[in-house]
Amino acid sequence: MAKVTFEKDLCKGCGLCIAACPKGILSLSKDEINQKGHHPAQIDDQSKCIACAFCATMCPDCVITVEK
Amino acid sequence: MIVFEKPKALTDAPLHYCPGCTHGIIHRLVAEAIDSLDIAGKTIGVASVGCSVFAYNYFNVDMVQAAHGRAPAVATGVKRADPSKIVFTYQGDGDLASIGTAETVHAAARGENITVIFVNNAIYGMTGGQMAPTSLPGQVTQTSPYGRDVNTVGYPVRICELLATLDGTGYVERVAVNNVKNVRNAKKAIEKAFRRQTEGKGFSLIEVLSTCPTNWGKTPEGATEWLEQNMIPYYPLGVYKDKYAEEAAK
Amino acid sequence: MADKILMKGNEALAEAAIMAGCRHYFGYPITPQTEVAAYMAKRMPKIGGCFLQAESEIAAINMCIGAAAAGKRAMTSSSSPGISLKSEGISYMAGCDLPALIVNVQRGGPGLGGIQPSQSDYFQATRGGGHGDYHLLVLAPSSVQEMADLVSKGFDLAEKYRMPCMLLADGTMGQMMEPVELREREEAPADKPWALTGTENKRKPNIINSLALEPQELEKWNEERFKRYDIVRENEQMSQSYRMEDAEICVVAFGIAARVSQNAVDMARAKGIKAGMIRPITLWPFPEKALKAAAGQCKAFVSVELNMGQMIEDVKLSIECSRPVSLCCRTGGMIPSPDEVLAAVERAAEGGK
Repeated sequence: MAKVTFEKDLCKGCGLCIAACPKGILSLSKDEINQKGHHPAQIDDQSKCIACAFCATMCPDCVITVEK
Repeated sequence: MIVFEKPKALTDAPLHYCPGCTHGIIHRLVAEAIDSLDIAGKTIGVASVGCSVFAYNYFNVDMVQAAHGRAPAVATGVKRADPSKIVFTYQGDGDLASIGTAETVHAAARGENITVIFVNNAIYGMTGGQMAPTSLPGQVTQTSPYGRDVNTVGYPVRICELLATLDGTGYVERVAVNNVKNVRNAKKAIEKAFRRQTEGKGFSLIEVLSTCPTNWGKTPEGATEWLEQNMIPYYPLGVYKDKYAEEAAK
Repeated sequence: MADKILMKGNEALAEAAIMAGCRHYFGYPITPQTEVAAYMAKRMPKIGGCFLQAESEIAAINMCIGAAAAGKRAMTSSSSPGISLKSEGISYMAGCDLPALIVNVQRGGPGLGGIQPSQSDYFQATRGGGHGDYHLLVLAPSSVQEMADLVSKGFDLAEKYRMPCMLLADGTMGQMMEPVELREREEAPADKPWALTGTENKRKPNIINSLALEPQELEKWNEERFKRYDIVRENEQMSQSYRMEDAEICVVAFGIAARVSQNAVDMARAKGIKAGMIRPITLWPFPEKALKAAAGQCKAFVSVELNMGQMIEDVKLSIECSRPVSLCCRTGGMIPSPDEVLAAVERAAEGGK
């Protein structure tokens, strides 16, 4: 089962993962603010994830771990 | 099963780069190459001056920080001290293509057995967005506020094309990190450049077209689009020189 | 005991560097030190060492930084205009606490100047030369034998205190031939746990760096470095005294100026003037203890230099201006004659300047 986890406090909310996701299941959290003061990226529907790792490939901060 | 995780050749230090700056991706690709070739224990990195000045905090290998533009000369000294070590520099466009042009050209001409990672984002980032040797014609920066006027300040420097003319150069390729496909190609190129060094195959340089959302005045995603539409046409991607592949083909 | 052989100063220092364990030399041609590079080019490949002609003096000093960072005995040599170019790298070397040997076979300046001997880089050498708070160890040979001996000493001191060392010679020292005895290195190689040798996945990465954006941190680094400089000042002053036992006039001179001055001291003695000489061998740390002691017995000092008067400031500072100090100098590649120095000694003895 595909699983994407974010190390939220390292996320700078740049959104490159969101733009890269072919399934459109990532977003920036609307209400959460991390230690750096950013709205961190999150996955909205884990069940639709295909573990393609496009998000992690584009993440400049190594925030994302992808499992399958 | 883990499909993707942070490479071991990166330390746990959070990167200081601006949100969406693709320096972070390039750091990761270098670290992945080091991991994949299992050379961290014998790799020595040379950090330069510019946004990547703190590279020594991020790579899990021995590092030395060089003066502005001098990284290829420092790397030469490190490599000549012990040719069994794997030596790389990580330099931006101001460092490599302006103040350090002589060091770059001559390290290449000597066929120095080192790997140079050249990050071209067409601007001086650390000092706040001045015109770089690689800024595009017409590009607005702090020191070209009316756009780069090639009639007064001249034209951008195309490093890969320039170095490809030198007999000493082993392998030169230009890649980009603006989308998944290009990042994957960049990964292959960077790994190949390090592998070439392990095989004693001389000077390799990978030019990576990178974004600077902050100083370009774009969103991170907008910056990747700007790179695609403006930088790639001026700086075409591809292999500019691959001495050993050419020789093997003969 | 090795036999004495006749050698040019530049070649003696090059061979001495090899005997001191230096296997990494990076240089760029410039008169009057080019023999060093030519000698290294011939010798290094035969002993498994590295001679590399860099694209510039800037590149050469940075190659030295690389090899020194990797733990090797690295060396570069140049002459005055080239040393100006190396100054950036020397500052980084000092900021990174890297040991290396830099040879300056001085010629006249400023600018392109001339190619004849000079001591006009005294300020540049003893004050650091590049930007920032730092010092170099500065050694000044006055014979071909010392050109050789001070190379080994310079490497040892540089490694002991983790700071760059400059051998400050001049065109005469570099070009003249004298009998020299080359000695094998005595000290064991220094332990360098800080060197970049690859982690071998067994230790944390070593980082060699001169950047500290936090002012508190940078201040701490500089203070730590200056504590080391204090130890160097206390322990490493070197000078040679000549006929100083009962001297009333003290000539201070180094390098080729000391050779001339020694003759002038003898001439003054023949005329009944109680003259003596202190010859600084370390210009930094300046031999202030010897000078201060001399101020107790001498009534006047004469600083003899191949420049417009640079070391004279350190002479005055060392004796805290307690005695008159006069200057006898030639510049632009000219060397004062023994008669000129004698005349200066006579004026000092008469109480004039």
